[in-house]
Amino acid sequence: MRFLFKTDYEDDIRLMPHSGYLVTYGVLLALLAVAPFVLSSYIMSQLVFVCIYATVGVGLMILTGFTGQASLGHAAFLAIGAYTAAFLQQYNVPFPVYFLAAGLLTGVVGALVGFPALRLQGIYLVIATISFAFIVEEILARWESVTHGNEGMRVKTMQVFGMAISRDSPTFYFLCLGFLILTIVGTLNLLRSPTGRAFVAIRDSETAARSMGINVSLYKVKSFAISAAITGFAGCLFAHKLSFISPEMFTLLLSIEFIIVILIGGSFSLHGAVLGAIFLVMIDPLLTYLKDDLPGMIAGVASTFGAGKESASQIQDKAAAIASANGLKGAIYGLIIVLFVLFEPLGLYGRWLKIKLFFQLFPLYKRATFKRQKIYVKSERNR
Amino acid sequence: MTYFRAEDLSLHFGGLKAVDAVSFAVEKGEILSIIGPNGAGKSSIFNLISRIYPPTSGKIYFEDQDITQQPAYEIAGLGIARTFQNIELFENATMLSNLLVGRHRHSTTQLWQELLFLPTVRAHEKAHRRRVEQVIEFLDLEVYRDKLISGLPYGVRKVIELARALCSEPKLILLDEPSSGLNVEETGDMSFWIRDLKTDLGITVLMVEHDMSLVNRVSDRVIALNYGKVIAMGSPSEVQRHPDVVAAYLGA
Repeated sequence: MRFLFKTDYEDDIRLMPHSGYLVTYGVLLALLAVAPFVLSSYIMSQLVFVCIYATVGVGLMILTGFTGQASLGHAAFLAIGAYTAAFLQQYNVPFPVYFLAAGLLTGVVGALVGFPALRLQGIYLVIATISFAFIVEEILARWESVTHGNEGMRVKTMQVFGMAISRDSPTFYFLCLGFLILTIVGTLNLLRSPTGRAFVAIRDSETAARSMGINVSLYKVKSFAISAAITGFAGCLFAHKLSFISPEMFTLLLSIEFIIVILIGGSFSLHGAVLGAIFLVMIDPLLTYLKDDLPGMIAGVASTFGAGKESASQIQDKAAAIASANGLKGAIYGLIIVLFVLFEPLGLYGRWLKIKLFFQLFPLYKRATFKRQKIYVKSERNR
Repeated sequence: MTYFRAEDLSLHFGGLKAVDAVSFAVEKGEILSIIGPNGAGKSSIFNLISRIYPPTSGKIYFEDQDITQQPAYEIAGLGIARTFQNIELFENATMLSNLLVGRHRHSTTQLWQELLFLPTVRAHEKAHRRRVEQVIEFLDLEVYRDKLISGLPYGVRKVIELARALCSEPKLILLDEPSSGLNVEETGDMSFWIRDLKTDLGITVLMVEHDMSLVNRVSDRVIALNYGKVIAMGSPSEVQRHPDVVAAYLGA
């Protein structure tokens, strides 16, 4: 076990408390840097999606994990970023400009959504953000002069200072990775400053935050704006990665995917956002694989247990019908969320912390360490 | 003029008069206690001062400034800090970050500076930390620095809440039942600290308290409330002997 001997206030401020962090993150960064030259193009493509989802995850984590304001509208913020980029690109606006515009415009929209959200708490806020997402989806489908409606929009290859960056190139991957790292460092900086602490204060007790001099409304709007802006930037990259965008890509299901990212990853930590993104991007090919192969496997198992050839093929057809049913993906996502909330409320990152602590304290680990602490009486009257 | 003054302060919930035309004044540097049976309107007065509830009528003055219409978050900026009866700490944060939130009213850095964590932000953080450490030393909280609030016992939380209020460097502090849930020894510590607030730090104290021995030990003056009305005001012993107070507690 390592014991930190603190001798300076700096020890509590710096991002990496000890040299071990430098080694871990250095190795991780080196691995990510050589990845495009080693891994297959399919896995690289998935990695780019991990970066984009993790960026959105960090954005949502600021709003939901740290400020305590739930949102099921982040698909709409992503859409606004993506469409802003696609729209401006038509007029030969250079990439750096429309990238900034995508983020800033989405940030402004986020602030505007934040204002009506000031009066709402918990489940009502969720409903409000869902309705916002539906409104945006509807606008995207109807405002044909700008968005081309349901036909969608084509996004051309990215041009940066005369250099074309294809969506499958290592450069594009490094761009997405770089932006993710930038977002994470910026968020960590925010969290060790007064603004980040104000966010956490609002999450834990609005009354106390107010009586400590925090302008709760202002900081909620700030949180919405920052979260939306990050998502808008990610939306621009997302549009480039897909090279084609249409309204049906930005549905409620996508917002739920983002909730999965932070819930499965573990609320209250940025590690969680990244882990959750990896989990989500990995589960998609897994589901596709199961959809194709599971019916055959079930039929195989059935025939080994003595089912006749005909009944085995009947079972296979039935399983295939279930596997290709509409809304199955949503149902599986729902199931995943429920199971995690019940059995792993701290998410994947929480599990990792438990494993780490187990080895640090071996053989003295107590399971009760992570049991939820008793919460003392808390007044709800003064909210 | 008086330091802090409430004039004809009323708070009505429909027909219920939680606070009914209460007037009182607090002199600079004194410790004033508000006592009264449950439901007398003591905490309501605090919630009126810290602007959690808007008063039905009446005015509140602090340093000759009418603060009745100030938004709640600006009250701390004026130098009025408070603690809560049922503890309103930030549960999922360490004690250190709880106390640093107390410094919020002194923070001047801009959002973009914080995103980049510029040297000015770093310097401010260290300055805040230095002030927080002074409060930690004052209240003997050194061992809890990096502990999460959710894992700390009730008595310690009570002290941390006082510490968080002190971190904002208030001129007037409102203590809502500082000794509730504390054992005899902790109550003793609390009474010393409250005296020290006045003598060492020069902070004016307005507190709501049920523990009469604590009230007797620390208060300069006492106000007794019942059914939202002031029934007695004066030195602790005077108020305790007042026939209306005896009637309120024991029945006529």
